[in-house]
Amino acid sequence: MRVLVTGASGLLGRAAARRLIDRGDEVTVLQRRSAGLPCREVRGDVADPAVAARALRGQDAVLHLAAKVDVTGRWADYASANVDGTRALLAGCRTAGVGRFVYVSSPSVAHAGAALAGVGAEPADPARTRGHYSRSKAIAEREALAADAPSLAVLAVRPHLVWGPGDTQLVARVVARARAGRLPVIGSGAALIDTTYVDNAAGALVAGVDACGPVHGEALVVSNGEPRPVGEVLARLCRAAGVPGPRGRVPFPAAWLAGALAEGAWSVTRRRSTPPLTRFLAEQLATAHWFDQRRTRAALGWRPEVGLDEGFSRLAAWYGSAPVGDGRPG
Amino acid sequence: MTVPIGAPGLDPAWSRFLTVPDAGGTGHRWHVLDNGVRDPRGTLLCVHGNPTWSYLWRRLLRSGPPGWRVVAPDQLGMGWSERLTGPRSLQQRVADLGDLTAALGVTGPVVTVGHDWGGVISLGWALEHRADLCGVVLTNTAVAMPAGDRGPALIRAAHLPGVRAAVTVGTPVFVRAASSLSRPPLPAAVRDALAAPYRSAARRTSVGDFVADIPFAPGHPSRPVQEAIAEGIRGLDVPALLLWGPRDPVFGERYLVDLRSRLPRAQLHRYEGASHLLPEDAPQYAEAVTRWVADLTAGPGPAAPPRTTAAGGTAGRRLWSALADRSGDDSPAVVAPGGSTVSWAQLARRVEQLAAGLAAAGVRPGARVALLVEPSPDLTAAVYAVWRAGAVIVVADKGLGFPGMRRALRGAAVDHVIGSAAGLVAARLMGLAGTRVAAGRIGSAARRALGARHTLGELEVLGRAAPVPAAPPEDADCAVLFTSGATGPAKGVVYTSAQAQAQVELVRSTYGLTAADRLVAAFAPFALLGPALGIGSAVPDVDVTAPGTLTAAALADAAAAVDATVVFASPAALRRVAATAGALTAGQRRALGAVRLLVSAGAPVPAPVLWSLRPVLPAAEAHTPYGMTEALPVTDVSLAGIEAAGTGDGVCVGRPLTGVEVQVSPLSAGAVADGPLTGRPGVSGEVCVRAAHVKDRYDALWATERAASDPPGWHRTGDVGYLDAEGRLWIEGRLAHVVTTAAGPVTPVGIEQRVEELDGVAAAAAVGVGPAGAQVLVVVVVPAGAGRRPGLRGRPALAGTGLADAVRDVARVDVAAVLVAAALPVDIRHQSKVDRRAVAEQAARVLAGARTRRRARPGRP
Repeated sequence: MRVLVTGASGLLGRAAARRLIDRGDEVTVLQRRSAGLPCREVRGDVADPAVAARALRGQDAVLHLAAKVDVTGRWADYASANVDGTRALLAGCRTAGVGRFVYVSSPSVAHAGAALAGVGAEPADPARTRGHYSRSKAIAEREALAADAPSLAVLAVRPHLVWGPGDTQLVARVVARARAGRLPVIGSGAALIDTTYVDNAAGALVAGVDACGPVHGEALVVSNGEPRPVGEVLARLCRAAGVPGPRGRVPFPAAWLAGALAEGAWSVTRRRSTPPLTRFLAEQLATAHWFDQRRTRAALGWRPEVGLDEGFSRLAAWYGSAPVGDGRPG
Repeated sequence: MTVPIGAPGLDPAWSRFLTVPDAGGTGHRWHVLDNGVRDPRGTLLCVHGNPTWSYLWRRLLRSGPPGWRVVAPDQLGMGWSERLTGPRSLQQRVADLGDLTAALGVTGPVVTVGHDWGGVISLGWALEHRADLCGVVLTNTAVAMPAGDRGPALIRAAHLPGVRAAVTVGTPVFVRAASSLSRPPLPAAVRDALAAPYRSAARRTSVGDFVADIPFAPGHPSRPVQEAIAEGIRGLDVPALLLWGPRDPVFGERYLVDLRSRLPRAQLHRYEGASHLLPEDAPQYAEAVTRWVADLTAGPGPAAPPRTTAAGGTAGRRLWSALADRSGDDSPAVVAPGGSTVSWAQLARRVEQLAAGLAAAGVRPGARVALLVEPSPDLTAAVYAVWRAGAVIVVADKGLGFPGMRRALRGAAVDHVIGSAAGLVAARLMGLAGTRVAAGRIGSAARRALGARHTLGELEVLGRAAPVPAAPPEDADCAVLFTSGATGPAKGVVYTSAQAQAQVELVRSTYGLTAADRLVAAFAPFALLGPALGIGSAVPDVDVTAPGTLTAAALADAAAAVDATVVFASPAALRRVAATAGALTAGQRRALGAVRLLVSAGAPVPAPVLWSLRPVLPAAEAHTPYGMTEALPVTDVSLAGIEAAGTGDGVCVGRPLTGVEVQVSPLSAGAVADGPLTGRPGVSGEVCVRAAHVKDRYDALWATERAASDPPGWHRTGDVGYLDAEGRLWIEGRLAHVVTTAAGPVTPVGIEQRVEELDGVAAAAAVGVGPAGAQVLVVVVVPAGAGRRPGLRGRPALAGTGLADAVRDVARVDVAAVLVAAALPVDIRHQSKVDRRAVAEQAARVLAGARTRRRARPGRP
């Protein structure tokens, strides 16, 4: 199968592309930076129709991960990367006759704030999201699913909190703060959260590429299916990285307020760096977020290969062996 | 005006209009909800009352019996049917309904379903269509004013001319009040849908006319028609089902009594907590109707195979036979707390006289007699006298709490109350019906105030000159007992005389009891069994409803009073006995040293508790039976048996007793016990029991009884377990507590046992959190010495990773979270069963994390 993978320079995109290559698919990757993978590479902006058209020519399927993932910045940047990029690819697919489109999304497109316990994938709703990232992803997911048609099967896959060796988003930030002694537990630390080990998320995306067609027009949340209290997740990540665990507690309302203030301050001062806390993050770390995986597993014919415990062991091994500087925060 | 399309649960496809001429040739435009089944196996004709409309029956339309047409008209002037130019009488309305069903092509078989004043109209139709009729269902309705009754107070108030116009027509008060009666409160969207056809005064004219047509006064024009219907249904020979919401302020208990007197063979299900709008308050009514109708058309199913007889048979013995046998025996039969003694001869004489006195005072065979008397010789005498008189004891213990007792006793429809002064006060507060008999000493002022017509003493005197009643048949009811109410309102459980006798014989044979034994009963239900077993008994000086208060010394004193050889006690009582053993005197130790048998009942007893009792009761063989209010005992295991069984996935409760059959109904992936019964070893499922001493039925709970006795003749216990290769039964927990994970059902007890064996763990509960079918497992641990750790008070908290790892190592299934708590909630009656439902609720709250927005109000579909 000929598959275009966008955003293959990130943790998950690289892992998914690697799997497709390893099993013999003909893979093209598209992103700004080089992904350094042994396959055809198109470099550029997915939102540029010319770039998209070049990358899409002759493909059977698209696995679309390229996105601006952050907690700060201007709305226009998110809209351009996440909404316009998706539109350009969908239009390109129709022109090039590509039959399958797997949109990699996020559970945060469907909700903000309230605790989620064992829910399925509810419809994306930009009005209920928190932050530019979630809102732009929600808009793009809705447009992608609306484009589902007999000639173009569209499937949205939403991995929840992906982590693993080399992760610069979740793991690296947690570890950096813990090392600095500035990783508190927000709230009681008991909120049950789902996470996804990177290999499992990559496996689910590949399964999505295969299932897309018979399964189409719907969104599926992907996780390890092993929810754990957030305090325990943080403690085990820290232990794997060899840094001290979370210290102290911040009550949720204080954290939420701090997040709101930080967002305001970063916005007013137009700082480009990442604020220590946002409301979105405060909610993610203080309220339950775990999902009913039955529909996902049945639809994708997929199960996670790496259990949480094995994932933490692999993370510990990576921290124990990886040379300083290889994605590892100093 | 159109039918509200968005009304919750209403399918617009059901809605149709048709014009039907009446006898006078005037055409009327009807609105009907009709599920449109063609060539139906039968038709449910559902008739609403005032001021609702056919929307009330939407759940029957959605999930009626397969192949049945469901037709629910809006009465003329009501709902979305045409508005009338004048009032419409009961007679006309019955005729209208007949015109409509003819126009709709409704033919038999038909089951009528009626609510409120729709009940009378549906019965009027039923009487005029006897050839088509195959059953009637009635819910919160009345067909007649019981003698001396002037009608429901609320309706009567609305009947006053000025009030009626203002309340029913001029303003939407009556329309809105009707749906405000619902308990629990209805969602706003449903209330709006119910009120939608009645938005203006013009559209409410018939609401007022309907009220005016209720014939309170003898001269009312509709009175003869109403009386003809009320009398006519006495001759109905089709099956009837009564579904009742007891919290109805309009149609109270007396209307149910009246209906039952006219339809004496009717099945009844009381939905505790439900009010007037039963189809709204108890949505599960639709399932009950569907099941009942399916049973009707299935005809008489395979009859329940005869139950095996009690071990050794009952040999014609009755509950009072031992009293007759020992009527010349002056040895103690009953020793009360405080030491007062009643001999066998005294008790036999007293029971006989009291039975004769009760009969002379009007207690008829089959009458229900509530006993509100503290454990005492009076209570024992009263129980056996009621039995001897052929009446039925109704016993609700204090463990249910006052509201629970009230619900239970009112639901049991008692005819008489025997009570101590305190008991009679309680009966008054509960609003129980029935004549009153005072037990024990009572002053004349108190007696008058409490309305006691007799005292036990007077009845005994009366009975000396009266004939002893004939012995009742063995298959007559003899007792209504109540379940613990741990999972909803307590259920009444009816036993026949033969079933109670079979229980006595089973206890006797299981434990080898002979006339040489004497019993100390520190467990309330067994405190009454001594005379039936023919062995002397003593009750320790302790509140038997608070078993945790029993001390070793109190137990020893009771044992000494009767030279006890047998002790019956609950696990909570036994824990306390072991803990207070240090205070025993040498004499008390001697008395306990003579006990040969210790029977612990009420909940599974952990082996360590039994071990701890060895120094206290050195000669006693410890046994623990397994059973429930509906069937006790089912199995038994000795301490040696527990040790020999070792560990398994649950608690080993031993082998089924002689004559008792035990099988399991395997669980589906969603933890529904719908598999065919099997006795195959190792198969886990709902434990089902068949034996001569299993309850006869649940009382006034037709749907519950139907579900529990499936297949017929068996009792579904609600426990999950399996039989092992040795034929031993292992209990894995309550069916309601099975955790339904995506990977399949997980039972709690085995996990809890393995966690409780970890160092530093005092107790554990394994519960599910999340929606059914996608739950995750959570273990809540009480660390040893937790009571002294102030940090643990309040809601459960996250366990450290060390404890979490240790729990996961032994759990064998994925554990999402391990929490620690100072204590686990237990059910109030036995104080020994962990209330896993409460644990699960606590855990779910903790694991939801911070509350970031107001929780949505729980709605109903």
